[in-house]
Amino acid sequence: TVLDVNKEPMPGVTVILKNTTTGTITRPDGTFSLAAKDGDVLVFSFIGFISQEKVVVYGKNIIVELESEVFGVDEVVVIGYGSLKKDDATGSVSSVSTKDFNKGAITSPQDLLVGKASGVQITTAGGEPGSAATIRIRGGSSLSASNDPLFIIDGVPIDNDGVSGMRNPLNTINPNDIESFSVLKDASATAIYGSRASNGVIIITTKKGAKGGLKFNYNANASVGFRTNEIETFSADDYRQLISARYGEGSNARALLGHADTDWQKEIFQTSFGHDHNFSMSGSKLNTLFRLSLGYSNQKGLLKTSGLDRYTANLSVSPSLFDNHLKMELNLKGMYIENRFTDNGAINTAMLFDPTQEVYDQTSDYGGYFTWMDGNKPGTLATSNPLALLQQRQDRSEVYRSIGNAKFDYSFHFLPELTVTLNMGYDYSMSDGTVFIPEEAAFAYRKASDGSDISGEDRSYGQDKKNELLDFYLKYEKQLPSINSKLNVMGGYSWQHFWRENEVKATSVNGAYLITPEQITPTENYLVSFFGRMNYTLKDRYLLTVTVRQDGTSRFSEDNCWGMFPSLALAWRLKEETFLKNIDAVSNLKLRLGYGITGQQYITSDNYPYLAKYNLSRGTARYLMGNEWVTMARPNGYDANLKWEETTTFNVGIDYGFLDERINGSIELYQRETKDLINKIPVAAGTNFTNVILTNVGTLQNKGIEFNLNVRPIVAQDLFWEIGFNLSRNVNEITKLTNVDNPDYNGVQTGGISTGIGGYAKINSVGKPANSFYMFQQVYNGEGMPIEGLYADRTGDGLVNEKDMYHYKSSTPDFILGFSSRAEYKNWDFSFAARASLGNYMYNDLQASSANYQYVYNSNYLQNVPRSVLNTNFKHQQAHSDYYVQEASFVKLDNVSAGYSFEKLFNDKMDLRLSLTSQNIFVITDYEGVDPEVFNGIDNAVYPRPRTFVLGANILF
Amino acid sequence: CVNDLDTIPLDKNTITSATFYDNPESYRQVLAKIYGGLSLTGQVGPDGDQDVLGIDEGASNYIRAYWYMQDMTTEMALWIWSDPGIPELQTNEWTSANEISLGMYYRIFYQIALANELIRESSEGKLNGRGVADVAKEDIFGYRAEARFLRALSYYHALDLYGSVPFVTENDNVGAFLPQQISKQDLFAYIETELKELETLLPAPGQNMAGRVDVAAAWMVLAKLYLNAEVYISTPKYTEVLTYSKKVIDSKYKLDANYQNLFLADNHTADGIILGVVNDGINALSWGGTTMIACSAWASDMDAFSYGINAWGGNRARKQLIDKFVDYTGATDKRAMFYATDRTATTDVITEFKNGYSVMKYKNITSDGSKGSNIGHMDIDFPLLRTADAYLMYAEAVLRGATGGTTSEALSYVNEVRQRAYGGADGNIQLSELTLDFILDERAREFYWEGYRRTDLVRFNKFTSGDYLWEWKGGVYEGKALPDHFNHFPIPASDINANPNLKQDGY
Repeated sequence: TVLDVNKEPMPGVTVILKNTTTGTITRPDGTFSLAAKDGDVLVFSFIGFISQEKVVVYGKNIIVELESEVFGVDEVVVIGYGSLKKDDATGSVSSVSTKDFNKGAITSPQDLLVGKASGVQITTAGGEPGSAATIRIRGGSSLSASNDPLFIIDGVPIDNDGVSGMRNPLNTINPNDIESFSVLKDASATAIYGSRASNGVIIITTKKGAKGGLKFNYNANASVGFRTNEIETFSADDYRQLISARYGEGSNARALLGHADTDWQKEIFQTSFGHDHNFSMSGSKLNTLFRLSLGYSNQKGLLKTSGLDRYTANLSVSPSLFDNHLKMELNLKGMYIENRFTDNGAINTAMLFDPTQEVYDQTSDYGGYFTWMDGNKPGTLATSNPLALLQQRQDRSEVYRSIGNAKFDYSFHFLPELTVTLNMGYDYSMSDGTVFIPEEAAFAYRKASDGSDISGEDRSYGQDKKNELLDFYLKYEKQLPSINSKLNVMGGYSWQHFWRENEVKATSVNGAYLITPEQITPTENYLVSFFGRMNYTLKDRYLLTVTVRQDGTSRFSEDNCWGMFPSLALAWRLKEETFLKNIDAVSNLKLRLGYGITGQQYITSDNYPYLAKYNLSRGTARYLMGNEWVTMARPNGYDANLKWEETTTFNVGIDYGFLDERINGSIELYQRETKDLINKIPVAAGTNFTNVILTNVGTLQNKGIEFNLNVRPIVAQDLFWEIGFNLSRNVNEITKLTNVDNPDYNGVQTGGISTGIGGYAKINSVGKPANSFYMFQQVYNGEGMPIEGLYADRTGDGLVNEKDMYHYKSSTPDFILGFSSRAEYKNWDFSFAARASLGNYMYNDLQASSANYQYVYNSNYLQNVPRSVLNTNFKHQQAHSDYYVQEASFVKLDNVSAGYSFEKLFNDKMDLRLSLTSQNIFVITDYEGVDPEVFNGIDNAVYPRPRTFVLGANILF
Repeated sequence: CVNDLDTIPLDKNTITSATFYDNPESYRQVLAKIYGGLSLTGQVGPDGDQDVLGIDEGASNYIRAYWYMQDMTTEMALWIWSDPGIPELQTNEWTSANEISLGMYYRIFYQIALANELIRESSEGKLNGRGVADVAKEDIFGYRAEARFLRALSYYHALDLYGSVPFVTENDNVGAFLPQQISKQDLFAYIETELKELETLLPAPGQNMAGRVDVAAAWMVLAKLYLNAEVYISTPKYTEVLTYSKKVIDSKYKLDANYQNLFLADNHTADGIILGVVNDGINALSWGGTTMIACSAWASDMDAFSYGINAWGGNRARKQLIDKFVDYTGATDKRAMFYATDRTATTDVITEFKNGYSVMKYKNITSDGSKGSNIGHMDIDFPLLRTADAYLMYAEAVLRGATGGTTSEALSYVNEVRQRAYGGADGNIQLSELTLDFILDERAREFYWEGYRRTDLVRFNKFTSGDYLWEWKGGVYEGKALPDHFNHFPIPASDINANPNLKQDGY
C-alpha cells in the first residue's frame, strides 16, 4: 500500500521493479500487486513526491509512505520567532535552501545566496579568501547609519559590527552546515525585529539531526583559482621610450631606468589552491535528534601570501521530553580561524612600479629587494617594491568565536495550544592579531623623533566581544471551527547586551619607538524589547497578521529610547475561492498587502551619541602650562534629542503557481520611506562642540519591483529540470536633507577617492539618488579626446568653478537579474547561476589617480602608468572629470557545476557524489577596469576575483 | 532589566558632563583644550579623534590654516602640493567651497564654542552651586579670563578674515539653534569691549606662567584691531593703536637681541614673544603649526636633518618676497634666510619645488645648536604675537596721523628693529625714508612666513588692486588685479546652508 504523509492512500503511483521495465500503478485505495522475488527492489515514484525504494521480503506486505517534495506552497519558511508554511505567509519572504545554494569552493555563507533571491544584492569586497561582502536588501534605507541587514543565526541576532582580525564576521558559520536562508524583506515580515529591521532580516538556520539511524557524511573539495585579467601598463621597452621621449636621452629620469623587463603584476600574483573538508554525523536516539559536524578549510589567495585556515565545529542536540511537551534545542558552534592578510596596496603598487627594474637586487640592504633610494636611505615617497610589501609583512590573526543557544519550548499538558519558549544565546569572540615587519623592510622605513631610523614594526591588536541574548515568549494556537477560523497569537520579551573591548599597540621591532601607544577601549550597549504577533485565518482564505514591537535602546536618552514598530499584513488566497478552486491550471494564487514601520538605531561606533560628555586627551596631545603638560578635556559634540530613524514600508505581492506549481513565483511592488534619517550634517557654526553632527534630518525614498519565476519544464523519473529567474529594480531618491529648505543647498559630499586629501566623487542631494556622482562635465576635442582641464560652463556665467559640477549617474544599478538552472538526468546533475547588473556606473579611481604623466618621474624614482593614459594624454590628475565615471553594467556567469552520483556502493553501504564546478567563468562588460563589480562604485584596485575550478566529493554512509 | 538602558561610557577617558566639573582640575583641563585648539587638531596627536571634521586633520590646524590664508594667498609662499583648497587659495581663485577656508572658519568657531563652555561653567553662581573652595575659585576665575581672551582673539581673526559672521556667546546654550549674523561694527565693538575689560582681569606682563597669556596679549590684539579699524569699520583708530602698542613697548617685553632665536626649538626662552603657540615634539604633536611651516620649507638637499627637520619639500618663497631684501643672502640683513642653491629665483612652474628660493627661517634646533626632540614634529612655538609688531605698529600709526606720538620716536622704533636685523646701525634709515610703503616692506622682511601678510596688504589696499602684483596673483604668472570682495573670504557654503540667518557678502 502506498500512503501519503497524512496516511491517505495514493492512487496512480508508479511502481517499478528496479533496473527493469516491469511495473504497475497503484489502485484508488493505494494498493498494488506485482510479481517479484525475495530481495528485489521496488521503486515508487510520483510527481511532486520523493521517490522511494523498498526491498521485497517474502510474505511481507509493503507499506510505503511517500513524502512530498518540499516545493512551492508546502515549503516551510522560517520567520521571526517561528516558522510557517509558505502558503500561510503574509509578508515578503524569500527562502533559499540547500538544493538552491551556489556550489563550489565557498568559504563565506553569503556566497551560497548570491543571485538567488530577488531584491538582494550581494557584493563581495573582492577575491580575497573569505572576503567580506556588502549585502543590500531592496537598496539602502539609511544614509549615514548602517544599511546592513540583521543576521539571525539559529535564533541569535548578530551585531552589525565586524570582528577584528576577520575579513567577514559571517565566516563563523561553515557554509556546509547551513540548511536554509530566509530573507525577510518587507516591513510586515521584519517589523517583529523592530529597531533593527529596516534593512531586512536574514535568518540562517543550520542543519539539524534527522530521525533514523546514524548517518555519516564526508564532503571534500579541492580548488584551483586563476587570475583573469589585469590593468594594462607600459611594457619595459615602451616605458623606456616614454621616459626618453618625455625627459630626453641624457636626463636624470633616463638614468634611473633599469635593464630588466619585469611584469610586476605577474610577480605578485599566484595560482591559488584551496581545499575544504567537512565531516558530519547525525541521527536520533532516545527521542533526541543530534548532529555533529567538523570542518576544515584551507584557502590560499591570488595575491601571494594571503590565505586562511579555518576549523569549525557545530553541534546540535534536540531532545524531546514528556511526550513532546518539552522540546529542547541546543546549538553550539565553534570556530577557530587563522588568517594571513596582505597589504592590498601592493596591487596598485605593482601596476605602478617601474617595469625596467629587477625584483631582486643582490646589493640591496633591504632584504635583497630592489628599492628606490633617496640618498643612502629608502625614498619615503617612492613606490615600494610590491613583492617586498607582501613577503616582508607578516600580518596574521587568530580568532576564536562561539555562538550558541539553548531553546526550550514547553506546551502545557492541560492546555496544549499554549507554548512557552525560552531562548538563551550568546556570541563570544576573541581575536588576536599581529603585524610584524622586519627591520630590513624598506617600506616601513621612517625617521624617529630623534632623527634615528625606525626599523620595522611590531603591532598587536586584540578584541574581545561578548554579546548575550534572552528571549521569552508565549504562543497560543487555536482552531475555531465554529467560525471557520484559525488563531495564532505570540507575545514576549527580549533582552540583548553587546559588549566589546578593543586594544591596540605598535612599536618598532626593537621596541624602542612607539608607533601607536597602547589603547584599550571598552564599550557596551543594550536593547530591550517587547513584541507580539497575531495571525488570524478566516475560511482558509483570508489571512491577517498584526505585529508590534517596542524597542528600547541604550543609545538614546531616556526621553527617546523607546520606539514602537507596528505592522499589518493581509493575504487573500484567491485559489481557494470558488471561481478558481476548480481551475486546475492555477495551482496557487495569493495576493498579499503589507504595511509596517521599522527603525534604525545602529549609528556609529559611538554608543552614547546623545550624551554630553568630556573626553581626555592622550599624552601626545597636551598643552604646556608652566612646567606641566596638562591633559586636555574636550566637550564632545552631541545631539541630546537624537532618536530613531523610521522607515515606513508598503508592499503588494502576488504569489502565483500554475500547472501543479511547475511554474511558480511572485511579483512584489514596494515603497519605503525613511524619515528622520540619522545623518551627519554641518551644524550651524558655534552652536556645538563639533561642526558636523549626527542628528535626525532628511527623508529618503525607495521604490521597487521584484519578480521571481521558477519553472520546472521537465519532471520525469529520469529527468528533472528547473529554471529560476529573478529581477529587481530599486529606485532611490533623497527627498529632504536639511531642516531648513534651501534650494541652493547642494548636499553632502561623500565617496572618498584617492586623489588629494579629503577628495570626494559623490554627493547626497535632494531630488537625486543617494550617492550620485558629482563631477565636472568633460569637454572633448574633434577627435573625441578629452581636453585636459577643460570643463563645460554649465551655469553659463563665463566661469568654470564648483558651481558647474553636476550630478552624473550613480553606482546603483537600474536592474539586477539572477538566472539559474538545475537539471538531473539519471545519476547526473548539472547547474549554473548567472547574474546581471544593468545601468550601474563606476568612478574609475585607478585611472583618475594614475593614468596621467604627473608622477612618472619624481626626482629620485620612476613610476609606470596605465596604458589608458593614451586615451587622454593628461599631464595631471583630473580627478573630478566625468570622463572617469564609466558605465559598469555587467553579466557574470558565476557558477557552473556538474556532478555524478554513485549509489549503493560497497553492498549498499555508501553513496558517493563527485562534482566539478567552475566559478567566475566569464564577465561581459564594457568597463575598462579589472572588475565592474565594486560595491560603492569607486574602483581602486580591487583584489581580483579568481576563476576557480573545484573538484568535489561527497560520501554518505 | 529595562534599567539596563541607562548606561554610561566604560572608557575611563570619557566622563559625562553631569560629573565632570565635580573635579576642580577639570576647569584647567578645558582651558588647556582652548589653548591647545591653537596648536593641536584632536585628542590623540598628531592625528586621531580630530576636532574639526570635513577636512584633513593636519590641515584643520588653527595656525596651519591661518598661515595658508594669510601667507599663501600673497607673495610670501607657494606650495607645490595640490591638496584640496590649496591651489585656489594660492592663486586667489577661491570660492565659498574652499576646504582650507572651511577648516579655518570652523576652527575659529570651535574655539569660540569651547571658550563659551568654560565661561558658562565657571560663573560664580555655578561654582558656588558646586561648592568649589575659594582658593580654587581664584584660579578658575583666572582661567575664565584667559578663555575670554582666547575667544576675543578668535573673533578678531573671524572679523579680519570673514568680516560679518555668526555670533555666539556663553549666553547661548549648546544645541540646535541658529545664531544671528553680527555686523562688523558690532563685532568690532564687542571685541574691543571684551579686551578692555580683560585689561583688569588678566595678570600683569610676565606674571602668568609659561604657555599662558597676560595683559600684554590683550594690548597687542587691541592695537592690531585698531590698526585695521578703517578696513573693519571704516573709522580710523590710529591714536588707540599708539596707546596700546606703547603699553607693550614699555612693558617687560623687549626685542630679542637675536632675530633667529624667535624661530628656534627653544624660542619660548626668547624675548619678544607675547603669545607663542606651544608646539612640542613629545607632548604636543600635530601636522600643523611650525611643523607644517618648517617641514614644508625644507627639502632633502638642504641638510634638513641637521636642523632637526624632516623635509617635506613643499613650500617656497615667491620672487616678490625675495625682492624685499636688498641682499637675499643674509650677509647684511640677517632676516633674509633663503636657500638659493640649485633654485631659480622665479616660480614659473607652481608644482616645481626648485622654482623659487627655499625659506630657512624656522629651524628645529635650540639656540645652542642641539636638535629638537622630534624631527617629525617641531618644538618651535609659533610666535603669534610679538613685540616687534608693537614697534612697527607704533611707527605706522604715527605716519597715519595718530596723535600723542612723534615721528622721531617712530623712526627710533623702526631702527631698533633694523639694528637687530643688521647687527648694527648699517641698516638704519633716515626720517625721509620712513614712509608707509617702507613700513609695508619692512613688515614683509620682519614678519614673512608668520601669517601677517594678507592683513597688511588689505590695509594698504594692495591685496586686490592692480598696483601691486606678485607671481600667480589671480592665477596668472605675471599677476593680475582681483575683484574687491577678495579682501575678505566668503563664509563657507556649508554654514550658509546650515544657518539661514547668514548672508554672504560680495561672493
